[in-house]
Amino acid sequence: MLASAANEPEPFHPPSIAEFFPQVFLFMEPTVSWLGSEEPIFGINRIMLIRILAALAIILIFVLGTRKMKLIPTRGQSIIELGLGFVRDGIVYDLLGEKDGRRFLPIITTIFFMVLAMNITGIIPFLNIAGTSVIGVPLVLAIVSYIAFIYAGVKKHPGAFFKNSLFPSGVPWPLYIIVTPIEFVSTFVLRPVTLTLRLMMNLFVGHLLLVLFFAATHFFFFSAGGFFTLFGVGTLAFGFAFTVFEILVAVLQAYVFAILTTVYIQLALAEEH
Amino acid sequence: MLTTPLFLAEEAGETTQNPLLPAPYDIIWSSVIFVVLLLVFWKVVLPRVQALLDERAAAIEGGIKKAEEAQAEAAAALESYNTQLAEARAEAARIKDQARADAARIEADLKARANEEAERITAQAHQRIEAERQAAFSSLKTEVGSLALDLSEKVVGESMDDARSAAIVERFLADLEREGANR
Repeated sequence: MLASAANEPEPFHPPSIAEFFPQVFLFMEPTVSWLGSEEPIFGINRIMLIRILAALAIILIFVLGTRKMKLIPTRGQSIIELGLGFVRDGIVYDLLGEKDGRRFLPIITTIFFMVLAMNITGIIPFLNIAGTSVIGVPLVLAIVSYIAFIYAGVKKHPGAFFKNSLFPSGVPWPLYIIVTPIEFVSTFVLRPVTLTLRLMMNLFVGHLLLVLFFAATHFFFFSAGGFFTLFGVGTLAFGFAFTVFEILVAVLQAYVFAILTTVYIQLALAEEH
Repeated sequence: MLTTPLFLAEEAGETTQNPLLPAPYDIIWSSVIFVVLLLVFWKVVLPRVQALLDERAAAIEGGIKKAEEAQAEAAAALESYNTQLAEARAEAARIKDQARADAARIEADLKARANEEAERITAQAHQRIEAERQAAFSSLKTEVGSLALDLSEKVVGESMDDARSAAIVERFLADLEREGANR
């Protein structure tokens, strides 16, 4: 490795997948047999702690922030109203209308702010890893989204929802041989899978990139030294740029997850064709 | 595919995990956090915001209504002022007409009374003139008679007895009157 060229013994620390699975330090018991190994059921590791911290931050901000709301908002209240109004008017009411939107507003608001808060921990100093970069949260939220749109469809078109989604009308019946499997896979299989993987992989890779840039910077500055310090300046600049980029990704992925869930619900409600 | 560590995962001294396979605690804590956050938004935050929005909408609607009321009031006031103004104008015109008619009537009255007075004065004057003429005529008649007698006595030189003289005067005067009538 490059580190061997330097006289300092400290080697280059590359990012590793182990960072996403830190040691469980609390509630190691009870365990359950899971995928061939014994795993703690309620284990708390660094990632879980970060998620709980993010959740506490959301609860604190929104419960305290909406406690004494005034008709003419103060500056803090304006920001909270702006955030909630963005999800309400910009995503939910815009796509579902006010009547249907009101029913699904809590779920979509929760999804948006939960994803946003757990994404943003990826660039908060000392936390430095996104709560959504481990598959649990993306998977749970994708399942919530999946249940929500199927519930919406079944409630709106009892008995006809699955038929409508799998056998779209206006298609000559022999084409159902091709159309129905495609519709099934795209609607009932790919939607939750893509929701999960899009969110998780964005944040996962974002974390690896940041670690790579900052670990390299550290290595170039303190282990390699000399001529390599110049590389360090470059990697530091990239690290900075990608930190800013991660803010964009954090907001964008939260928006994408929320709006896709809303679109799925909208399609299920509108399924008339 | 992702079960192999990216670089030197064995450094961490753990069994490497497939990042696509969730650990049980991962799922459980994610679900717990989701449920808690859902309850917070559903039962606490969003109802508060909705109440605020309703209140704000009511306030805005109330404001609009108040403004509309004020406008209607102003319009009503304007209308009443206009009617009052028109009434006042009509009243003024009526009073002016009345005054003009009164003035004309008074003028005509005065004129008529003045004419009457003038006529009355003229008539009185005529009467007086006539009476004076009569008086003058009768006094003249006696005086002329006696003068003529005196004169004739002087001419004749002797006096006549009263009976005769009276008869002569009567005859003379009758002649005079006749002459006056003939002329």
